[in-house]
Amino acid sequence: MRTLFTVFFKEILDNIRDRRTLASALIMGPIFGPVMFAFVINMSIDRALDDAESTMELPVIGQEHAPNLMRFLESRNIDIVAGPDRAGGAQEAVKTGLHDVILVVPEGFGEQLADTIPARVELYSDEANSQGEKESRRARYALQAYNQQLAAIRITARGINPSVLRPINVDEIDVSTPSGRSAMLLGMMSYFFIFALLMGGMYLAIDTTAGERERGSLEPLLSLPVTRGRLILGKILATCVFMAASLMLSLLSFYVVLEFMPLEQLGMTPNFTLPVVAAAFLLLLPFILLGAAVMTLVASFTKSYKEAQTWLSVVLVAPTLPILIVSILTLRPKLEFMFIPSLSQHLILVDMVKNEPINGLHVAISVISTLLLGALLTWVCARLYRREGLLG
Amino acid sequence: MIKVDGIHKSFGKVHAVRGVSFGAPDGKITGLLGPNGAGKSTTLRVLYTVLKPDQGSASIDGSDVVTDSLSARQKIGALPHGAGLYPQLTARENIAYYARLCGLDKSEIDDKVAGMITMLEIEDFADRRTKGFSQGQRTKISLARALVHDPQNVILDEPTNGLDVMATRSLRRLILKLKDAGRCVLFSSHVMQEVAALCDDICIIANGQVAIDDSIDGIRERTGQEDLEEAFVTAIQMVGDE
Repeated sequence: MRTLFTVFFKEILDNIRDRRTLASALIMGPIFGPVMFAFVINMSIDRALDDAESTMELPVIGQEHAPNLMRFLESRNIDIVAGPDRAGGAQEAVKTGLHDVILVVPEGFGEQLADTIPARVELYSDEANSQGEKESRRARYALQAYNQQLAAIRITARGINPSVLRPINVDEIDVSTPSGRSAMLLGMMSYFFIFALLMGGMYLAIDTTAGERERGSLEPLLSLPVTRGRLILGKILATCVFMAASLMLSLLSFYVVLEFMPLEQLGMTPNFTLPVVAAAFLLLLPFILLGAAVMTLVASFTKSYKEAQTWLSVVLVAPTLPILIVSILTLRPKLEFMFIPSLSQHLILVDMVKNEPINGLHVAISVISTLLLGALLTWVCARLYRREGLLG
Repeated sequence: MIKVDGIHKSFGKVHAVRGVSFGAPDGKITGLLGPNGAGKSTTLRVLYTVLKPDQGSASIDGSDVVTDSLSARQKIGALPHGAGLYPQLTARENIAYYARLCGLDKSEIDDKVAGMITMLEIEDFADRRTKGFSQGQRTKISLARALVHDPQNVILDEPTNGLDVMATRSLRRLILKLKDAGRCVLFSSHVMQEVAALCDDICIIANGQVAIDDSIDGIRERTGQEDLEEAFVTAIQMVGDE
């Protein structure tokens, strides 16, 4: 026991003092995920808000020919501004990016309307430009609405009920709850957690074999009167501690990020309170042992630190595979899935965030199967630590 | 006391050690001399139990290195070739880590570590992190941690490699001190003069075999060469001729 703790504390001290490693382990993983997440969410919120609420500027050439249309557009939160002087300047102004959209009302607009000839307006936009595409869509919808309003007025004037123009009325009813909608978007966050926890232990896992060997400190260490099993257990334990710290940090930073994000505006209220943070930590805890053992195992077969890093970046991606497959096939949580590490944690976590009832049996299978696999691989690591080939 | 009895070791097709036998008694310095690739390091690695011999046996104070390796390791302090330190730990912490792993009593660790630091004259940099230390400084610290648990048997693999004259001299003084304390010192080198300056017995190995195992005078006599370097070359050729 004493050997184990000696190794454990030495590894902790060693790793804490290595600033660069510590930064990448405890900052990269936990901070990178939430920041990226916040960025993506904020962009989608911006876009969603843009469409509905913000005022859009629409340059119009020939405003004086359609005063009623201008008033209608203004009522739909569209600011009419003066466009280029000449009618021919519209195309050029959009092409050069001076304006995203320009509406041109030709001189005969009023007369055409009065004569019930389809009155012509021109809408210039650059569909290759995503911002322009959005604005032109909004302008088009507004013009369509005006079109329908005029049509209704004309039909009413002829004594016909305007509803004959609408044979079908589609009512869309979304049954997803705000928490449920957020799960879709937050589904990716379980991977951020797994990524962060693996990152937290990656360098120590490499150091246990490839690092010690490359530094030349493995051979003297193995010539000491200690059993190799204790050495490796102490090292794996230290790796687990850093992974747990990294996981906790990443959960907390997510919590903070979500606090500051106006998710309700996207119609989402993720259930990510502090008790859920704690539950998620406990749920992912068994995965830490498994991750530490897998990383140590993979690193022990490599010849150098660099080679170990290359292989471990594959290990970092591996847990996404089952999550990805299930997401693409949109499978519902099943009992069998709970035997698959990373997938089981992901599915349970999604249910937590959706605020749906948690299946106790699922949690039990997830925890036990992941722990057993982790223990088995730790044992394999200890066996492999005894072979001569370890010295390279 | 170290005993080696007919050990063989192969790595794939390379038969690195082919039946090496020798002994290293207490209170004497035994040199393992041989050209590069002769099998010196492999032999020593079998002794500090990181390699298992394919054939033959070896023991440290009666503990077999294969069947009783933990107890064999308890009786040795080993300085492997190119031994590395933990760069984020100070020299003192590096030594103390080994002291703890060797099971030294908590109360005596600080004193023992301080004693090693004084003995190896590394006070000046004892509390600095070992990152960026010179080869000589690293060797001294590696040696200090190998000796911190007072082992009866000391195995040093090319300890003077990369050391300057001053560092080599202080290392020699240390090895002589160990001898006077009744320890069994076994060290390897490929430099005849260095071995001659220190050792009581010399075991010359080449091609994985023992060429001569004798005192310096004995080697001079048996090779018929007065000059030590010539004697070394002649001894190596004796194996090659067989």
